[in-house]
Amino acid sequence: MITLGFVYVLAGLTFAAFAALGLHDRNNPTRFGNAAFWGLLALSMLAGDRLGDFGNGLLVLALVAIAGTGQIGRAPGSDIPAEVQATRAATHGNFLLLVALIIPAVALAGTFLFKWVPGLADPKQATLISLALGVLIALGIGMARLKPPPLLPLQQGRRLLDSVGWAAILPQMLASLGAVFALAGVGEVVGDLIGTAIPDGSLFGAVLAFGLGMALFTMVMGNAFAAFPVMMAAVGLPLLIEQYGGDPAVVAAIGMLAGFCGTLVTPMAANFNLVPAALLELKNPYGVIKAQVGTAVPLLAVNIVFIWLFAF
Amino acid sequence: MLVLIGILIIIAGFLLRFNPLLVIMASALATGLAAGLDIAAIIAAFGKAFNDTRYVSIIWIVLPVIGLLEAYGLQQHARSLIDRMKGATLGRLLTGYLLLRQAMAAVGLTSVAGHAQTVRPLVAPMAEAAAEARNDALSESQREDVKAFAAATDNVGLFFGEDIFLAIGSILLMKGLLDGYGYEIEPLHFSLWAIPTAIAAFLIHGLRLRRLEKRMRKQEASA
Repeated sequence: MITLGFVYVLAGLTFAAFAALGLHDRNNPTRFGNAAFWGLLALSMLAGDRLGDFGNGLLVLALVAIAGTGQIGRAPGSDIPAEVQATRAATHGNFLLLVALIIPAVALAGTFLFKWVPGLADPKQATLISLALGVLIALGIGMARLKPPPLLPLQQGRRLLDSVGWAAILPQMLASLGAVFALAGVGEVVGDLIGTAIPDGSLFGAVLAFGLGMALFTMVMGNAFAAFPVMMAAVGLPLLIEQYGGDPAVVAAIGMLAGFCGTLVTPMAANFNLVPAALLELKNPYGVIKAQVGTAVPLLAVNIVFIWLFAF
Repeated sequence: MLVLIGILIIIAGFLLRFNPLLVIMASALATGLAAGLDIAAIIAAFGKAFNDTRYVSIIWIVLPVIGLLEAYGLQQHARSLIDRMKGATLGRLLTGYLLLRQAMAAVGLTSVAGHAQTVRPLVAPMAEAAAEARNDALSESQREDVKAFAAATDNVGLFFGEDIFLAIGSILLMKGLLDGYGYEIEPLHFSLWAIPTAIAAFLIHGLRLRRLEKRMRKQEASA
């Protein structure tokens, strides 16, 4: 049976290859830092379960030290010229599109297959495992037809990852910070603060505090999942559901979506907001957030009104 | 109250544009110390969480495929497809993607599309081409806007589609939490109540995409 462990090995080998290729890139002034950074990430993927909690913590400290001292970057220039790409596009066009669509298609097919046919792969991780299989299949088909130099996919993949840089592990780092926040009881303190800020006897005031609180606390934590239990305990349950008799399904479902509006406007949700800015090579690292504010703010207002209308 | 120092460090660190990894580590250490943990325990807690959340970073395995296809001109091909489709305006293209992303997420297919898999190689270059088709002098900042909106559309579609799916993590979290307080609710009820917001998100973001298209047609005022 294929498990998530297979995907971690695949990721570990990919990062190890990026590290090795990066070490040989003499155009890159930070090649040692890059190699160490991706090498440590490879170690984490391949052997994280054997390093122990403290060992993993030290690994993280080393990653932070490399990134924090500016020892990671990308080599200047030497991308494949646009004219060469345009000529190749004219010859291979639709084949390229087909290969690009293999990854989502296999992810889709595998997700269903692994749920319906038990024993092939861990059904709980069906999509991630299928995504990895999609990558391998797409790579195999692409290599067979295009016949590039054998290392070209890894070299180009490494160049893409180098341009994302340390932001590549930002989502994982923020998720880990959330765990430390939970351990320290940050949520309860914030919940109490918001709970005391609500005017007595005002239903709409309580709904407003709940919706805004979900959005604001999600912005701080970068994740609506972290905000939800806190806001439910502080405002949702005692006031909206128990005191005013609101429908718990509406309060919970739309409250969560109010939190998602916060996710759209916070750099803490790095994988949605900062990583794509790096991946698309935007000059403004907050460009994606800027584009989302105009959707998030009116949608939050709509959500607050929806709770008020539908729950009571 | 003292444990809130971590939040202050995060806000100040992001505002002052320190390296975010350093800011996160400083925030974790300060929060842990304020809660009375010793340094070794904080490092171990952070390390454990880092190891438990490795799946967040495995998306990067798609990069060799994307790199190969881009070297052979995938982005140029995506652009030329749009050039050949006369009806493919920026607004229609991104609205179509928004609807597709919401619909896929609503049936649980959240990881099928995404910034690395679809936005960078396909959606962003297509959006750029669609904008260029109506305005051959797209400025650098307009180009940035178009790419940023391609990513934003992916996020909006994902966030306000996924909660319609019964077995998504957030629905399980809601059910688990309310069960704990003695309210037993079928997951279907949470799913259904996600639909009004999904429609509102489609309307609001769709309207903004239409306005983006109009803005991109005009030359930027010289400033």
